[in-house]
Amino acid sequence: MRRARQHALAGILALAACLSLSGGAARGEPLVADLTSHLIGITGAFTGASVVLFGATDGPGDVVVVVRGPEHDVAVRRKRRVAGIWVNAKEEVFTGVPSFYSIASSRPLDIITTPAELGFNEFGLNYLRLKLTRGAVREEDMPFRAALIETQQRDKVFAETVGRIDFLGDRLFSTTLRFPSNVPTGTYEVKIFLIRNKVVVSAQTTPLVIAKIGVDAEIADFADRRAAIYGLVAVATAMVAGWLASVPFRNA
Amino acid sequence: MEIYLPIAEVSLDVFVLLALGGAVGFLSGVFGVGGGFLLTPFLIFIGVPPAVAVASSANQLVGASVSGVLAHWKRGNVDFKMGGILLVGGFLGSLLGVWLFGILRRLGQIELVINLCFVILLGTLGALMLVEGTRTLLRSRRMGVPRRKLHQHTWIHGLPLKMRFRRSKLYISALLPLGLGFLIGILSAIMGIGGGFVMVPAMIYLLGMPTMVVPGTSLFQIIFVAATVTVLQAINNRTVDAMLALVLLVGGVLGAQIGTRMGAKLRGDQLRIMLAVLVLAVAVKLAVDMTVTPDQLYSAAPVL
Repeated sequence: MRRARQHALAGILALAACLSLSGGAARGEPLVADLTSHLIGITGAFTGASVVLFGATDGPGDVVVVVRGPEHDVAVRRKRRVAGIWVNAKEEVFTGVPSFYSIASSRPLDIITTPAELGFNEFGLNYLRLKLTRGAVREEDMPFRAALIETQQRDKVFAETVGRIDFLGDRLFSTTLRFPSNVPTGTYEVKIFLIRNKVVVSAQTTPLVIAKIGVDAEIADFADRRAAIYGLVAVATAMVAGWLASVPFRNA
Repeated sequence: MEIYLPIAEVSLDVFVLLALGGAVGFLSGVFGVGGGFLLTPFLIFIGVPPAVAVASSANQLVGASVSGVLAHWKRGNVDFKMGGILLVGGFLGSLLGVWLFGILRRLGQIELVINLCFVILLGTLGALMLVEGTRTLLRSRRMGVPRRKLHQHTWIHGLPLKMRFRRSKLYISALLPLGLGFLIGILSAIMGIGGGFVMVPAMIYLLGMPTMVVPGTSLFQIIFVAATVTVLQAINNRTVDAMLALVLLVGGVLGAQIGTRMGAKLRGDQLRIMLAVLVLAVAVKLAVDMTVTPDQLYSAAPVL
């Protein structure tokens, strides 16, 4: 609750700053936008986070915001019944899949722009350009593509719906970018588009870093770089914990 | 209260984890088995990635076994010589197991193998224990306590490399505990279990050890096998979540203490039948899940 209020406050302050900026937007830049924070820290109590994006345009128009996480390869497997039990039978590996994808728009996408623009800018999951490690996605691979998107949506790393962008007047806009508790870490790309007459006329990119911080970050980092020592420490910790736990019951 | 697990990369309710650890510890206290066979499936069920669940269960097991062995050691119920030989086998087995685990994971078949192992093992053992338990229960009803031979002599006693185990009152081939340890080592690595529920019956029925020294000796060797598995998983697969293991351990130790007291009040044969039913229930559930048409035919996993 408190964090949400802080965000709202930051948003208002930012909007106030925008008001003075919008003069600037009117003069040269058609689109100016920023995030209330460029860093989301994942700590022990992390249950998800949201960041406010705010900005101004130099006149009427629609705004679309796309958030993409760092890319990785994902194996999609299809189960088949073999001798009565279900086993993973066929595998396709997609490459360059964003580890996170969400999109927000001031109005429905199909109203404000054309299919060509949707495809070119990868607006929406249907227009994500995905490739297989062995080549382009062909017609017969489409079920795997659909399955990839569906599983990522189930994991909450692909947004199921298009988020809202609110306009204050016809120049100032803001939206809240939400991230689930299992959000992948890395450097994200937040891209803001200005659309007029169904065409993207301006775009701006701003980075967002999602990183483990504090003790958890150190544990994860340690586990990765000093795997053997981490394993030994994990064992030693468990042994000491087991021994300590039996002490109070020693005379029982 | 949610806690973020740095390796599993999910936030889970700390009280759910404590309760899960407690329930498993309780069972291990009552029945004298580790309870890993319940822990791993439940962790997967609440959202821990299967590979992390397996490796972290092994980590948790180290602590739980230390706690258990200390209690048995005080009463002199640990056969260190037997444990040591089981251990050598266990060490070799876990080396093979962790290697297999990595390969199966890359092939996308690790979950299938984990499930199959659980169904086969739990199904067989549950059935055997149920038959055995019911038989003794019926026999003790009909006529007092029957006099039993320490153990039957079979082909097993013809194997070479015979050794004397004083504490266990046995003179058997060292190959037996070595092979048994090896098998359990593989299971530990692949399933994240200590193998107590395999080890305990095998020690009683296969090796012919006195029931008294079985839990302590089994736990003693599990410490080292689980420790080996933990370190190897950390190196090869980076799947050990020490934080998860620690939280489970806190719940587990408390549960075990309560369980031990409960166990002392219940009758042995009834206890065994209850355990058999529990084991069978888990096996049936897993088996049914494997044959039922899944909601999702497709699954996705990041390529490492």
